[in-house]
Amino acid sequence: MRTGFRIAIASGKGGTGKTTIATNLAAAAAEKGIAVHYVDCDVEEPNGHIFLKPQIESRKDVRVSVPQVDKDKCSGCGKCGEVCQYGAIVHLGGKNVLTFENLCHSCRGCRLLCPSDAIRERQIKIGQVELGKAGKVGFAQGILSIGSVRSVSLIRHLKQAVDSEGLVIFDVPPGTSCPVVESLKGVDFVLLVTEPTPFGLHDLKLAVELVRKMGLGFGVIINRDGCGDDKAERYCEDKGIEILMRIKDDRRIAEAYSAGGMIIDVLPEYKEAFAHLYESVWKRLKG
Amino acid sequence: MKVAVSAEGIGLDSAVDARFGRAAYFLVVDTETMDFECIGNDALSAPGGAGINAAKAVADSGAKAVLTGNCGPNAARTLAAAGVKLYAGVSGTVKDAIEALKSGQLAESGGPTVDSHFGTGS
Repeated sequence: MRTGFRIAIASGKGGTGKTTIATNLAAAAAEKGIAVHYVDCDVEEPNGHIFLKPQIESRKDVRVSVPQVDKDKCSGCGKCGEVCQYGAIVHLGGKNVLTFENLCHSCRGCRLLCPSDAIRERQIKIGQVELGKAGKVGFAQGILSIGSVRSVSLIRHLKQAVDSEGLVIFDVPPGTSCPVVESLKGVDFVLLVTEPTPFGLHDLKLAVELVRKMGLGFGVIINRDGCGDDKAERYCEDKGIEILMRIKDDRRIAEAYSAGGMIIDVLPEYKEAFAHLYESVWKRLKG
Repeated sequence: MKVAVSAEGIGLDSAVDARFGRAAYFLVVDTETMDFECIGNDALSAPGGAGINAAKAVADSGAKAVLTGNCGPNAARTLAAAGVKLYAGVSGTVKDAIEALKSGQLAESGGPTVDSHFGTGS
């Protein structure tokens, strides 16, 4: 049984501060002696490494299966094309079967349904998983190969590669689409990061809808607090959503960020604030 | 010969749809009699693979050529594999397009005319 405690940092909108919060939370927890892993699920553009500056200790290629049709065995029945929801295998009559590897989701439906065992699997590389250490923080990131669209599969492999009984922090890609859903699967709690702007609020609502649909516990963090309006705050009040942390709109934070630095290093009072954030999420789950 | 034309509407006076995979309809026209059949595009709002599915539907209809505005790489590959000729860069009404083909004014496209996901508006 898994005893690890998994927190995801997500948001609808990009650029709200997910990575800032995820990296600072990981570093602050490690300073408190908690065994922690930071996992960058934003495999299309992982950037947590800029702040954590990890030593990479291992790299592994991630491969997925795609179908390959043996025309000698093919009976031309067309079942492979009928089952494929993505147009990745198309039957054009007779033994004329085309495959589009980039569209394949590796469900294996075509192979299972083929009555003449004419479909074999071929492995294609979709990216890499890198594991390492950033001080006391365990570090993991996925890097999607250029041209590959298989971010969901890579995220799944990445999450499986992190085997931890301690705290695992998932830095989730922006948006509310498939890669986000995959990143959020199986987590114990979600921190939704927003900013007090109309854009922040608009996308926060989408993210709230998503985590509610997935049945996940969540709370909100308001970043750049004080820079805009109070609509995000009022929305949370109306919906009974807890605001678990506020990070002030502070030029010193922006300057540290621009230089690849951490909040907890320039404003040490945030060490306690992040440790407190961890404690309050922990209490919510255990209490 | 049967020819499939991507169309914005369901009649021969409809405009040729500039997109192939994301076209609203395909009119499969018999160039001798001008009799036609209208096929709805099931792939219109698919997240991906629209061109491939559209190309398969067109091939299954028995059409030997496609007249359309633009055609992406996956659709072009599927049409070629199915032995369906591609004439892209076509505009105006469906009827005009067929007439242009019959009078030899259209040139066959050697391959895709746009990149993937061109017709999705993104």
